[in-house]
Amino acid sequence: MTDPTKSGGASHLDLAEREHTFLDANELVLNMGPQHPSTHGVLRVILKLDGEKVRGTECVIGYLHRGVEKIAENRTYTMFNPYVDRMDYVAAVSNGLGYCEAVEKLLNIEAPPRANYIRVILTELNRLASHMLWLGTHALDIGAITPLFYTFRDREEILKIYEKYCGARLTTHAFRIGGCQYETYDGFEADVKKFVAFVTPKIDEYEELLTTNRIWVERTKGVGVLSGADCIDLGVTGPVLRASGVNWDLRKAKPYAAYSQFQFEIPTGQNGDTYDRYLVRVAEMRQSLRIISQAVEGIPEGPIMAKVPKVLKPPVGEIYHSIEAPKGELGYFIVSDGSTQPYRIRVRPPSFVNLQALDKMVRGQLVADVVAVIGTLDIVLGEVDR
Amino acid sequence: MPDETKGNTSPNPDQPVSQPSSSSTPSSAKPPVTVPPKPAAPPPPPKPAGPVPVPWESDMVAGLKQRFGSGIREASTYLGQSYMVVERAVVYDVLQELHDQQEFNYLVDCTATHYPQRPQPFEVIWILYSFNRNERIRVKTLLAEGEAAPSAVPLWSTANWLEREVYDMFGIRFDGHPDLRRILLPEDWKGFPLRKDHSIIQQDQEWVQINLGIESGQ
Repeated sequence: MTDPTKSGGASHLDLAEREHTFLDANELVLNMGPQHPSTHGVLRVILKLDGEKVRGTECVIGYLHRGVEKIAENRTYTMFNPYVDRMDYVAAVSNGLGYCEAVEKLLNIEAPPRANYIRVILTELNRLASHMLWLGTHALDIGAITPLFYTFRDREEILKIYEKYCGARLTTHAFRIGGCQYETYDGFEADVKKFVAFVTPKIDEYEELLTTNRIWVERTKGVGVLSGADCIDLGVTGPVLRASGVNWDLRKAKPYAAYSQFQFEIPTGQNGDTYDRYLVRVAEMRQSLRIISQAVEGIPEGPIMAKVPKVLKPPVGEIYHSIEAPKGELGYFIVSDGSTQPYRIRVRPPSFVNLQALDKMVRGQLVADVVAVIGTLDIVLGEVDR
Repeated sequence: MPDETKGNTSPNPDQPVSQPSSSSTPSSAKPPVTVPPKPAAPPPPPKPAGPVPVPWESDMVAGLKQRFGSGIREASTYLGQSYMVVERAVVYDVLQELHDQQEFNYLVDCTATHYPQRPQPFEVIWILYSFNRNERIRVKTLLAEGEAAPSAVPLWSTANWLEREVYDMFGIRFDGHPDLRRILLPEDWKGFPLRKDHSIIQQDQEWVQINLGIESGQ
């Protein structure tokens, strides 16, 4: 077996290496994707196989590249806001929060407390929705079909709340620069409380289906192991980092919105394998419910928009702001030249950076584990390619 | 914060107030609604001075300045975020020192900005974070057209794909990168779309014709 540490994270297929390692073995180069159900979109992975063992991988990405960063340079700050929803489209609210907060920082304004509470509630609901979608599809990839129906049923309730709040279910464009455009609808608090009461036992149900399920455990334990040091070296963030034992979450490390006012824990794992990442995400769903309960109880009265000029012209300067999106650190680096359009917006996408760890995680594993590892990384190709 | 649009759109007291606004209906035959002249607008409150970069002073910066002298061209803090501009010749050593000695073990992002009017049109930015210090900084260096930046892959494996993306979008080469190829665009694509002289609708027509068999995607 090749030493995975020697790859240095580079995921190119080394022809010279192939000659030495394979001698007379029948090595096979297999294309997985871009049209493959368990690549979660248009990801193409070129697998170099020795029987069932993976000797190396190369990711081919860019099929969904729309040039979001170039579009940003040709739009005003306000006009670009809906575009960010289309990157990680299963966590559109998080994208919007990161972008709005970054521009607010550049403008040196702050959203009012009530807006921040609404933002926290919607963003945490979004984290739940994203993790539910992840759990359903990840389990489906591995062969457990039932969780998909459970999670999609419960995710639907979140989408209904979004629909009632802002009219959209998926790409919500829920926030505006300076706060929120919409006041909560009548019965919003009651809906959210009802949802929390409804979904709390449902998470136990997911766990009943999977946590001690022998097939699930055998397919996930010890698969795609990443140590904490590897994660940091590869820049991997989010649940993948925490499952490797690194207790780091931007909501605690650099609190934004109203997160400093809530009590919650950062679930971590120890082994850094697919099973631990599953446990961490399920635990995160419970913590999100905790945050939502506190936020909906303590939601203050007051305005929902800060005083924002009609035409946004941030002063000349640069800002980097990042949030803990469901998939990891989502950052926006914005350069302003003082005009109404951003001079440059760089999106630091968690999925793109996390996907780079795929090669390290699957080298030496079986080809069936590639499916499990792609699932556990929780990538969204809209964000990888932008 | 003063409303910046007011200065432009609110009618000047010297001019007639009846000029129709752009959103009014075209049937201007109807006498314009006489807007009572605004009471003399109170003098706008003095615009609060925008935030300005302030010198970034810390032991770390002092140590770097001592070691690299004028190689550290600028070290400032803007809106609470610290950054330094470093000469290209020493930027790898600075990054290495930050990685090895100052615990900046997480490369958050590596990206670039294009300023075509400057003599050194490219700015490459590394965003670094230290878990132990919970501190995030930016290191920048300036490059002339055709000049390469040192690759940070030996320090952080993350840099591999990030630098490939910078190369893909700006055409900036990274010396010592193990596999510098395009990552998002097709490998034989021509042009670097995030350069400022590249129009938003511009594309590689030849590639589109050969590979998609159509005249143009536009």
